[in-house]
Amino acid sequence: MSTARHSAGRSIAAHAILITYTVIALFPVFVIVINSFKARKAIFRSPLELPNSETFSLVGYETALKQGDFLLYFQNSLIVTVVSLTLVLLFGAMAAFALSEYRFRGNSLMGLYLALGIMIPIRLGTVAILQLMVATGLVNTLTALILVYTAQGLPLAIFILSEFMRNISDDLKNAGRIDGLSEYRIFARLVLPLVRPAMATVAVFTMIPIWNDLWFPLILAPAEQTKTITLGSQVFIGQFVTNWNAVLAALSLAILPVLVLYLIFSRQLIRGITAGAVK
Amino acid sequence: MDGETHKRSRRWHIAVFLAPAVLVYTAIMILPLFGTLQLALFREVDNEQVFVGLTNFKTLFGDPRWSDSFWNALWNNTWFFIVHMLVQNPVGILLAALLSSPKLRMAAYYRTAIFIPTILSFVIVGFAWKLILSPLWGVAPTLLDAVGLKSLFAPWLGKEEYALTTLSLISVWQFVGIPMMLIYAALLSIPDEIIEAAECDGITGMAQFWRIKLPLILPSIGIISVLTFVGNFNAFDLIYTAQGALAGPNFSTDVLGTFLYRTFFGFQLQLGDPNMGSAIATAMFIIILCGVCIYLFGIQTRLRRYQF
Repeated sequence: MSTARHSAGRSIAAHAILITYTVIALFPVFVIVINSFKARKAIFRSPLELPNSETFSLVGYETALKQGDFLLYFQNSLIVTVVSLTLVLLFGAMAAFALSEYRFRGNSLMGLYLALGIMIPIRLGTVAILQLMVATGLVNTLTALILVYTAQGLPLAIFILSEFMRNISDDLKNAGRIDGLSEYRIFARLVLPLVRPAMATVAVFTMIPIWNDLWFPLILAPAEQTKTITLGSQVFIGQFVTNWNAVLAALSLAILPVLVLYLIFSRQLIRGITAGAVK
Repeated sequence: MDGETHKRSRRWHIAVFLAPAVLVYTAIMILPLFGTLQLALFREVDNEQVFVGLTNFKTLFGDPRWSDSFWNALWNNTWFFIVHMLVQNPVGILLAALLSSPKLRMAAYYRTAIFIPTILSFVIVGFAWKLILSPLWGVAPTLLDAVGLKSLFAPWLGKEEYALTTLSLISVWQFVGIPMMLIYAALLSIPDEIIEAAECDGITGMAQFWRIKLPLILPSIGIISVLTFVGNFNAFDLIYTAQGALAGPNFSTDVLGTFLYRTFFGFQLQLGDPNMGSAIATAMFIIILCGVCIYLFGIQTRLRRYQF
């Protein structure tokens, strides 16, 4: 009896701590989003109130959409993230297949070489990367960002994918070989479909840092035409710092797409992270 | 004979499979990394790069115009890391321990909600907190007033003595989801038999956590620590967003990343200096390498890995 009461108390305490932390985690996002829908006066007079018919206003969004080219920024971010992600997954899976499937001289050395980048951040090479991009005329192009993010994402992708590929049974691949499939087909038809869950994990780990990065867009592609959403909102907010409506609206515009995507995919995302960690 | 040709053709596949990844990785990551290390040993004299050995480093560590900023940034960075280790990881472990208890309801909702800040960009996080802590807006003082602590309010981001700690805590707020998830995964992977055996021996609740589970998740805590270390000594975005490239007030929030940015690109009247920038990047490289090596050879080998 006493243990039952004890565990009820425990579970209340656990919920209390978790609810408190959930409020701490969500509160800033909540305050920003509700205030972005209010008129200027209401933002200051009652920052914690929900917008009502009297205080509701979209003036911030009007300014943000008129002054900042958020659609273009969004498109740039989308192109950079999707193309880099595709390249990381494709090249990463190919290299992981080579490392996990074949025995050749220098295999483990190659694995080690490719794994270096997991721990050493690519940012440290920025000075020379910028020189390289200037020399090849790629400054202020999305290509520069795509190349950098592909290089940045590959080490972890290869590491995780080759761990998964080692667990695929040899019998299956050998059966394919006896049926006359080429090595390329074995990779594309047999191996790739089997590592799909691992690909999802890698996609999550690769995508978020690319979408949110400020450093490389700032240094390699700061032109108006190539701004990503992260850099675009940073610059916009810097310029409109005293226009609270516009700033709050710009922040909400940056939060909402990510939030919606996250809520749709959160199940896969969290499963991906926990699966990757267990591995 | 047939086997021979087969073998040779298979070797070509290996090259084809490896080539794209190795090429991109080498060209964009490894070569620039070494290029940067090399640039640190040169100086520009009359538009020409001249080899000067370790002079740049002597300047960086010894010349007061540079070394004051460098040691300041290094110390700030260390403090940034200490706050993460002291706050982010314990909070992450606590949340994970609570979430992993099997009878807890709504665990999925908590997990989803607490992870939200982690998916937001630094720009959003930096500005959102800047607004919330702003004395102009008054969200923070209003909230403190509600719990009767209004007198504690100060413009934390604007005061030299608080700004860095405040920023560290904002960063902790953002990233606590990562240790939470990794520890959560590690806790879930502990087999039920071990827990049942502990319960048979009468070890439950807190004692069970400290004596059974914690030792089993130490390898995960090790990985999280080194990830935090690398991330923190590479930090830039949050400080740049919240405090600008000058890392104000009065450089009190300057970390190696912002110092590198200012040196490389120049600011106000000072011109950008790629060579000194490379020297700072090299110093960061060595610091991160040391941290990773301490982890790999000093910590990881001593932690026993349990195979289930």
